[in-house]
Amino acid sequence: MKKAEDYINKKVLNMPFSGIRKFFDVANELEGVISLGVGEPDFDTPWPIREKAIYSLEKGKTNYTSNAGLLELRGEIANYLDRTIHVVYDPAKEVLVTVGASEGIDLSFRALVEPGDEVIIPEPSFVCYKPCVEMAGGIPVVLETKAENEFKVTVEEIEEKITDKTKILLLPYPNNPTGAILDREDLKKIADFLKDKDIIVVSDEIYSELTYGENKHVSIASFEGMREKTIVLNGFSKSYAMTGWRLGYAAGPEAIISAMMKIHQYCIMCAPTTSQQAAVEAIKNCDKYVDKMRKEYDMRRRVMRKGFLDMGLECFDAKGAFYLFPSIKSTGLSSDEFCERLLFEERVAVVPGSALGKSGEGHIRCSYAYSIEEIKQALEKIAVFVKKIKG
Amino acid sequence: MLKNDILEILENNSRIKINDVATMLGKSEEEVNVAIAELEADNVICGYSTLINWDKADKQYVSAMVEVKVTPQREQGFEKIAERIYKFDEVKAVYLMSGGFDLLVMVDGKDIKEIAYFISSKLSPIDAILSTSTHFVLKKYKDHGVIVEKNKKDDERMIVSP
Repeated sequence: MKKAEDYINKKVLNMPFSGIRKFFDVANELEGVISLGVGEPDFDTPWPIREKAIYSLEKGKTNYTSNAGLLELRGEIANYLDRTIHVVYDPAKEVLVTVGASEGIDLSFRALVEPGDEVIIPEPSFVCYKPCVEMAGGIPVVLETKAENEFKVTVEEIEEKITDKTKILLLPYPNNPTGAILDREDLKKIADFLKDKDIIVVSDEIYSELTYGENKHVSIASFEGMREKTIVLNGFSKSYAMTGWRLGYAAGPEAIISAMMKIHQYCIMCAPTTSQQAAVEAIKNCDKYVDKMRKEYDMRRRVMRKGFLDMGLECFDAKGAFYLFPSIKSTGLSSDEFCERLLFEERVAVVPGSALGKSGEGHIRCSYAYSIEEIKQALEKIAVFVKKIKG
Repeated sequence: MLKNDILEILENNSRIKINDVATMLGKSEEEVNVAIAELEADNVICGYSTLINWDKADKQYVSAMVEVKVTPQREQGFEKIAERIYKFDEVKAVYLMSGGFDLLVMVDGKDIKEIAYFISSKLSPIDAILSTSTHFVLKKYKDHGVIVEKNKKDDERMIVSP
């Protein structure tokens, strides 16, 4: 007789659980842990958004929406993309509302990848890209970005990874876990390089609202010739503090969005209606809340970076998302050792950089989606730990 | 811009350390100190007070908002009459309002009787005052942008997430 696990698809059976999850299981067992390990905002969803959801429920708006999502929401998304990244999409045909940007990632790969197709994935990055490519039958080709480049992906690195099987380049910027961003110049070089290549870009821009300093987020899709070969993925989780609502979207050329839509139609039907109703309010009327949160994150970012520099850890001035990615190489510990010992000895949870890609080794991911008081408290404990290790 | 950023931080927490403010804004302590000194000198920062929920403190107290209609004085408009009112210690705030009345006067006292006495014997008899209408505060829900009863919510996020 077969055992239950014998029925499981081999690809799934051999797929490891995310490294972050393993660490979560350990951290969760301990009492009194201060965490800088969370990848979601600490803010509650702004009240007008929640209030809109409640109102829509009162009104009984509880049916399915059209597969692609409420047309009103798609229209607002198209307006938003026009005013932020300056790319024009037709809401009726080129925008798809998804269950988080995560679904957009999965759909992109499933819609495009044939068995044997290669997808270039810069790492360190979010945990789901590789497994999603594999599930779609593709081959993930990892591009290890480097600390000395502040974890930006470069044209030379891309060129090195390209083969005649390369179909997709993933661009995960602003980046989780490094906080790296690609500015206009960086993107211009990549766009110029890709101009005459038959490669589609999947651009995961979920942290687009969270960039700090002078320059706003720039999308690869805004460069000449790139709109037609880019899928822009974004969502409401990070910018509007709406993680639990599970709502994202994809925008791109009609043929690709329509293919993604086909899969979405059969697997998902439509994104949650209440979330879509709330999202209309968010994207239409809540810029000021985003501005306020961004300002707050930026202050915390400075406090946290100063903390790491003061304890003698290198930490580049990451201008995106809500993570800093300090180097802990000077302690002589590996990322895993550092995080495990920090957790057990000082009860502070941070994420080992190696859990998010090999080139993250020697770094830790610290989220500043915490109050200044919490950040300072955690920094104090990390400083004690670092001092103890360095002697 | 720097000044506004400083004001926003201090409005939320006037006890914050200056070196923290400097770090949060990416400025030097010196720059922040100079800016604050200027803001104080210009009376933009008028004082540093504490937001207290007196309902929870062990102290008898009542507050009221009084709508006041007045006859503006020639050449002095409302200034003179406002001054006569705000000089009383019982008066915590005075605003000139648009709409159905002229001045909104916030009054604190230890009980209703004390406030009633103040209004009938001090406020109403002032010559320029035509009428008053007093509203006692029953409960304060939110003050200066802070929800007063709010208990600190636990962080319900997972300890580690991707």
